[in-house]
Amino acid sequence: MTVLAFDKTIKIQSSDGAQTQAPQARTSQVPAAPIAFSFRGVTRSFGDKTVLKGIDLDVPAGQFLAVIGKSGCGKSTLLRLLTGLDQPSSGDLIVNSDGEHGNRTRIMFQEPRLLPWNRVGRNVEVGLTGIAKGEEARAKSLGMLEEVGLADRANEWPSVLSGGQRQRVALARALVAHPFILALDEPLGALDALTRLEMQALLERIWQQQRFTAVLVTHDVSEAVTLADRVIVIEEGRIALDLDIPLPRPRRHGSAELARLEGLILERLLGKGG
Amino acid sequence: MRKSLQSVGHDVIGWLLPAAILLLWELAARTGLISADVLPAPSAVLSAFWRLLLSGELPHNIAISTVRALAGFAIGGAIGLFFGLLNGLSGMARNVTDTTLQMVRNIPHLALIPLVILWFGIDEEAKLFLVALGVFFPIYVNTLLGIQNCDPQLIEMGRVYGMSRTALFLRVILPGALPSMFTGLRYALGIMWLTLIVAETIAASSGLGYMAMQAREFMLLDVVVLSILIYALLGKLADSLARFLERQCLQWHPAFRTA
Ligand SMILES: Nc1ncnc2c1ncn2[C@@H]1O[C@H](COP(=O)(O)OP(=O)(O)O)[C@@H](O)[C@H]1O
Ligand SMILES: [Mg+2]
Repeated sequence: MTVLAFDKTIKIQSSDGAQTQAPQARTSQVPAAPIAFSFRGVTRSFGDKTVLKGIDLDVPAGQFLAVIGKSGCGKSTLLRLLTGLDQPSSGDLIVNSDGEHGNRTRIMFQEPRLLPWNRVGRNVEVGLTGIAKGEEARAKSLGMLEEVGLADRANEWPSVLSGGQRQRVALARALVAHPFILALDEPLGALDALTRLEMQALLERIWQQQRFTAVLVTHDVSEAVTLADRVIVIEEGRIALDLDIPLPRPRRHGSAELARLEGLILERLLGKGG
Repeated sequence: MRKSLQSVGHDVIGWLLPAAILLLWELAARTGLISADVLPAPSAVLSAFWRLLLSGELPHNIAISTVRALAGFAIGGAIGLFFGLLNGLSGMARNVTDTTLQMVRNIPHLALIPLVILWFGIDEEAKLFLVALGVFFPIYVNTLLGIQNCDPQLIEMGRVYGMSRTALFLRVILPGALPSMFTGLRYALGIMWLTLIVAETIAASSGLGYMAMQAREFMLLDVVVLSILIYALLGKLADSLARFLERQCLQWHPAFRTA
C-alpha cells in the first residue's frame, strides 16, 4: 500500500535555526529531506464559504508534489497561500529556506502572463527583479532561455510565439532566479497534447537539474503520476488522498505501474461523487 | 522587389481619384460650369497660395495658429493626463473628481464661446481656454480607460515578482494603457484644430481662421478655399505625426507590426 501516514517525530534544524518537524513516510526508503514548507491546520474562507478546511501538509525540500482535485475545490487557493498572494483565515503556513536562495517562491500560471511590450529576453529578466540588473540579468536570462530551448528567440515579441513557447518563456522567467519553491497552477492546461508531453519532459529535466521543490496543480491524473514523487487529492477542502509515487525516472508513459496508480487516483476522484 | 512594386501600385491607385476630381474641377471652372463666385478653380487657389506666401501673410498666420493650437493642446493635454493618471491609479481621487468631470464633459465646449468672449474678449486666453478644454476630455477619458483596462493578471504577475509600485507603473500599467492613450491623443488633435478654426473665425484678429473671415468680407473666394485646405493639411500633418509616434511606441502590438 502506498498511501502515506505521517510519523512526525523527527526534528530537523532548518537553515534559519528554527526547529521544524519533518514528516517521514513509513513506506519511503530515502532519508527525510529538510522541510520546504508546512501547512498546519490551514483554513481559508471567502465570506461564509470555507474553501480549505484545515489542511495539514509537510513537503520535503526537492519533492515534486502534484495536487489534484475537482474544479473549484481550492487548488489555486492553496497555491496562492503558498506563494503569499493570499493569507490563511486560520492556521499556520511555514515556509523554510535553503541557505543559497532563501525562501524564494515563484508561481507559474495557466496563462503565460508575459508583458506583450517587452521582448522575450526582457520578460525573462522580470524574474530577476531586485536580484540582478543590466548585463548580469541579460546573461542570466539568456542562459535560462537556452535551458528551455528558446535562446534564439530572445529578441522576439511574445505575440509571435506559439502557446507552448510562451509557456516555456514563463517557465524560464520563474526559474531564472533559482527559486526554492516553484508553484505551478495548471501551467500546461491550455496546451495541445503533444506540446504538453514535450513540456512535461522539459519540466522534469529542469527540476532534476535545479532541484527546487515543485508543487504542480493539474487536472490531468496521468500528468501527475508521470511527474510527481507524491500526489495529493483535495476533496471538500481536505486532503482526501496522499499517495507516494516511488517509481524510478524517467518514467515511461503507459507503463503498468503508472496505470495502476492512475486508476487508484481516478477511483478516488470519481468513486466518491457518484 | 515585387512587393515594393505592388505597394507603390497601391499608393498610385489611391491618388488617382483625387487627381481626377481635381482635373474635372479645374475643367468645370474654366468652362464656366462652376461660377468663380461659388468655387474658384484649383489654379486660382494655387495662385492665391503663392501670392500670400510671398507677401508673408500666410506663413505669419499659420505660425500664429500653430502656436495657439500647440499651447492649448499642451495645457489641456497636461491637465487631462494628470487627472487620467491620478484617477486611474487612485480610487479615492476617482470617487472625488470623476463625477464632476463627467458632468462638465456633457457641455459642448464650443457652446461656451459667448461666455468665453465675455470673460476674455478676443484675446489669446479665449482661444487657449477653448482648445485646452476641448483637448482635455479625450486625453482624460482615454488615459483613465487605458489604466482601468490594464490586465489584472499582469499586475498580479508583477507583484509576485516583487516589482515596486514605481516599477509596476512604468513596466506594466503605463505600457498597457498606451494604446488607449494614443487613441485619445489622435482624437484630441482633431478636436484641437476644430476648436481653433471655430474660435478664430468668431473671435480673433490674426490666424488662419481670421484670414478666412477677412477674405470672405472682401469676397476673395480663393483665399477662403485656401484657408480651408491648409486647415485640412495641418490636421492631416498632426494625425500623421501621431500615427508615426504610435507606430514607434507600439511596435510590440500586433496591429502595428511592421514587416
Ligand atoms: N477571491 C475570492 N473571493 C471569493 N471566492 C473565491 C476567491 N477565490 C476563490 N474563491 C472560491 O474558492 C473556490 C476555490 O477556488 P480555486 O482555488 O480557484 O479552485 P480550483 O483552482 O481548485 O479550481 C471557488 O469556489 C471560488 O469561487
Ligand atoms: Mg484553479
